[in-house]
Amino acid sequence: MRGPYWLGVLPFIGLVIGPFFVNRVTPTILGMPFLLAWIVAWILLTALIMAVIYGLDPANRRSDL
Amino acid sequence: MNVALIFIAAAVVAAVCLGVLARRGKEMSLEQWTVGGRGFGAVFVFLLLAGEIYTTFTFLGGSGFAYGKGGPAYYILAYGTLAYVIAYFMLPPIWRFAKENRLYSQPDFFVRKYDSPALGVIVALVGIVALIPYLVLQFKGLGIIVEIAGYGEISPAVAIWIGAAAVTVYVMLSGVHGSAWTSVAKDTMILVVVVFLGIYLPVHYYGGIGSMFEAVEQAKPGFSALPNHGESVWWFSSTVLLTALGFYMWPHSFGSIYTAKDANAIRKNSIVLPLYQLILLFVFFVGFAAILQVPGLTGSDIDLALFKLSVKTFDPWFVGIIGATGVLTALVPGSMILMTAATLLANNLYRAAHKSADDERVSKLAKLLVPVVALVAVYFTLRGGETIVALLLMGYSFVTQLFPALILSLTRQSFVSREGAIAGIVVGVATVAIISLTHATIGTLLPWLPEAAREINVGIIALVLNVVVMVMVSLAMRFAISHASGASRASAG
Repeated sequence: MRGPYWLGVLPFIGLVIGPFFVNRVTPTILGMPFLLAWIVAWILLTALIMAVIYGLDPANRRSDL
Repeated sequence: MNVALIFIAAAVVAAVCLGVLARRGKEMSLEQWTVGGRGFGAVFVFLLLAGEIYTTFTFLGGSGFAYGKGGPAYYILAYGTLAYVIAYFMLPPIWRFAKENRLYSQPDFFVRKYDSPALGVIVALVGIVALIPYLVLQFKGLGIIVEIAGYGEISPAVAIWIGAAAVTVYVMLSGVHGSAWTSVAKDTMILVVVVFLGIYLPVHYYGGIGSMFEAVEQAKPGFSALPNHGESVWWFSSTVLLTALGFYMWPHSFGSIYTAKDANAIRKNSIVLPLYQLILLFVFFVGFAAILQVPGLTGSDIDLALFKLSVKTFDPWFVGIIGATGVLTALVPGSMILMTAATLLANNLYRAAHKSADDERVSKLAKLLVPVVALVAVYFTLRGGETIVALLLMGYSFVTQLFPALILSLTRQSFVSREGAIAGIVVGVATVAIISLTHATIGTLLPWLPEAAREINVGIIALVLNVVVMVMVSLAMRFAISHASGASRASAG
């Protein structure tokens, strides 16, 4: 495996396994129920993770790929 | 004609103009028409992918789901995000293979990878059966939006005919270029309108997003999280996973990958699209705001929540702007679906039967099939009926059955044979049909499972059977071949 591709597993842990542990309304975060806030946080994290993967991906240094 | 209808009509006219102008300076060959000459950069690929995602389903269904079911609606946010992670790794090899082999459609990919025209026909049929109800859903949504936002002055049937005619014109003339350009208008409007509604409505009625959720919690405790039964956390996680796998198996999403001019255009979108998903958050806010303000909508009427609340809150001119946005969320994805369905029919069914047909003939036929597909969809929309609803629910599960054969074909030394791929897909699709038509659940099929696990999405069963059959048939074929060649060697020796 080239690059930090393994980081791509994290969103699956957060969004598929995570809900089993955070399925609750309180505490609310920024007014949102906890489960919703958890999902939103993971969306932001996922964008960040994908940006890191993209930045370090050797495939992106060759323009034809 | 009231002021709301003027805005809605203006949106339709603008969409047609944009759509038609999009063809300027291009010779509309099959390659231009269906895959944009494989020259789209990151922004255009984004517009296409975003264009397909924010459909009337997101607009009406997303808010309606939050209104009617609460927490389970969040799955829509989660699965899209995971689909983009998968996309980062899965789409570039698909794009490269498609470019090298000059493919036009999703079935083409299967034909080449498995060297099997029969598999191409099967994949095309699965795609068409899934796409037509999806198009019907867009037309249906369009009828509802124009009826409510136009204060009942135009009947849904008239609105559907006009919408279908508009989209047919620009798809025939501009193909995928038309979809990309109209997407500019649509996504600008949806971004502005939905974010505004999602903030304004909670503040206006409750004083803020936090106090809105408090009021909902007081009226319906636990509603904004997942329930213990039915759409439970087991349902949630299995559905998120299953739909994330199926996401890019829709023929029109798959086909839009081919438009990219390089793989980076695709990879960049895996960073941006998760963020863009957050628009859905505001759609949910609207749905939650409606719970206490327009109570009493049940059944399929929950999809009206956004517009009922808008009509109650705003002046007609602003309802018109929301309606115009809604109409665009029907037209743009509708155009992609229409073009893809016509391409599948001409390029993968007609061409499979007429091997000598060249690109020019297929291209001409595909364009002529656009009004035919549109008419079929209008017919089903106006006739309504249970069948189409059932088909629609099956559509997503149908296309998900293409995932195993696709993903394994990307590995270097795939053990999956063409017979295995065909058998797996056929068994998977048949299982989906049987499960859907008998309304089976994991609970009824596997009653010995513990209570909680019975709420796992039943689509998993079809996918597991699909993979098992695919592996068994592939291994059996390999064994039979090595056995036969061994036997022939022995007799030759």
